[in-house]
Amino acid sequence: MIQSDLSVILPEIILALYAMAALLGAVYTSKDGMARLLTWVTGGVMVALAGWIASNGEGTNVAFNGMFVDDGFARFAKVAILLAAASVLVMSQDYMSRRGLLRFEFPLLVSLSVVGMMMMVSAGDLMSLYMGLELQSLALYVIAAMRRDSVKSTEAGLKYFVLGALSSGLLLYGASLVYGYSGTTLFSGIIQTAQHGEVSLGLLFGLVFLISGMAFKVSAVPFHMWTPDVYEGAPTPVTAFFATAPKVAAMGLFARVLHDAFGLAVADWSQVIALLSVASMFLGAVAAIGQRDIKRLMAYSSIAHMGFALMGLASGTVFGVQAMLIYMAIYVTMNVGTFAFILMMEKDGVPVTDIGALNQYAKREPGKALAMLILLFSLAGVPPMLGFFGKFYVLRAAYEGGLAWLAVAGVIASVIGAFYYLRIVYYMYFGDEGEGLDKNGSPVLWGFLMASAAVMLLGIINMFGVEGAAAAAAAALVN
Amino acid sequence: MIGLEHYLTVAATLFVIGIFGLFLNRKNVIILLMSIELMLLAVNINLVAFSSFLGDLVGQVFTLFVLTVAAAEAAIGLAILVVFFRNRGTIDVEDVNVMKG
Repeated sequence: MIQSDLSVILPEIILALYAMAALLGAVYTSKDGMARLLTWVTGGVMVALAGWIASNGEGTNVAFNGMFVDDGFARFAKVAILLAAASVLVMSQDYMSRRGLLRFEFPLLVSLSVVGMMMMVSAGDLMSLYMGLELQSLALYVIAAMRRDSVKSTEAGLKYFVLGALSSGLLLYGASLVYGYSGTTLFSGIIQTAQHGEVSLGLLFGLVFLISGMAFKVSAVPFHMWTPDVYEGAPTPVTAFFATAPKVAAMGLFARVLHDAFGLAVADWSQVIALLSVASMFLGAVAAIGQRDIKRLMAYSSIAHMGFALMGLASGTVFGVQAMLIYMAIYVTMNVGTFAFILMMEKDGVPVTDIGALNQYAKREPGKALAMLILLFSLAGVPPMLGFFGKFYVLRAAYEGGLAWLAVAGVIASVIGAFYYLRIVYYMYFGDEGEGLDKNGSPVLWGFLMASAAVMLLGIINMFGVEGAAAAAAAALVN
Repeated sequence: MIGLEHYLTVAATLFVIGIFGLFLNRKNVIILLMSIELMLLAVNINLVAFSSFLGDLVGQVFTLFVLTVAAAEAAIGLAILVVFFRNRGTIDVEDVNVMKG
């Protein structure tokens, strides 16, 4: 019994043991001298685990009496999380070591938060949900404040901590109400309570609290206020991490709770999610227009993108979950490339985040400017880039789910949002003459930028099979 | 006779006080940490009351998890606060404003 349980969560155990062993090892040897090596090894371990999970898993395996569920959906999300985290780690290495920020704790905190994320997408019980979420959040609070001598970074950490703890509190209060009114913390038990006719008022209250707690983690409006500050204040590699892996995990958790625990009460939550979605899309599109700082701009951009991903969930169908997964996979790929570009933005060795510094960038570095142009077009959803297909999928899911108004709102929001992406393109190609950025290029960052841009173009042929994998994952979740 | 609803009322009141403490407090970050703790403890009252009412132990197990996590959360919150204090020399909530959001 215990042996089969442990074999189901073996990937998580391996990653957790690795992080703890590496922590002890580094503390007792050369500490920060090990940082560079540990970053690469951690990235390697994550890629290996992703490959193992992708190739090995079959069917649905349940461990610990349903507390931990390893199904196709969890595996899809885990592979995305692990690959995103590994790419960000590898990208951050050069930037951080040149600024003396590379501490050995960074890769280890990232891997611990990844363990939390893997727990989140596999949660089958309110308790495992909460523990996974907290493991993730506690590690993220620390890495947001990792630059200990910087006012901005510590302030970002403090803000993230206070608002994150508030959201955990809301989620937990919802969990206690759901437990009280359904008599169980297991998702499989909660869904049976909803089966007998109407959902009771107490359960509905619990669901609303749960949704608001999770909306905080995906930074959906009206729970988005921490995002711009944390993105701006945290060191850029940390921002890149925040924009990728935790978003996939939180969306995965969202889908898991809504479908596994409340899948028979779609009518009760679909409108709430639709409202969150439309508010996020419009706020993300409008508020970013006034931003000059590219990290704040990416924060509002991620709010808008989360709105689109929620649109898929709002439809409450299998296709909706599939569309959400495809959207998240594309979103993460785009963001990895975009942040590779942002990490390369510097002048006289000092990082620059003002978009005005990109004036006439295309004249000096045509290759990188072209790759960034493709990524920005893709973020805006301009066909024929891959980003357009992501939007197309969620719009179709919303339309087929009977939310035509949401799909129309999504199109309008994406047109408004296109403005600020295209403005960066305008600066790069037609901006005023000015002092430009340094001509530098770490080969790793350059490689990620080019690969991500290439995926945006080549992916339109068959999406590298993500479409089929997402369909299988969605079918495993919704039943 | 004290029934389930009394416990739930106390828990809901404490929870709301915690949330208001978080948003209305303009003084000190320590008070924010206390408010967060208050919210988590309100949830614990809820869980234990439900657990006793349902005759089901899971709620109490959940409470133990929440207590443990709350301790870890407070430790990390205080650590971040100390680092922040070293940089700014103050822990007034109104001074947490280098970035406008």
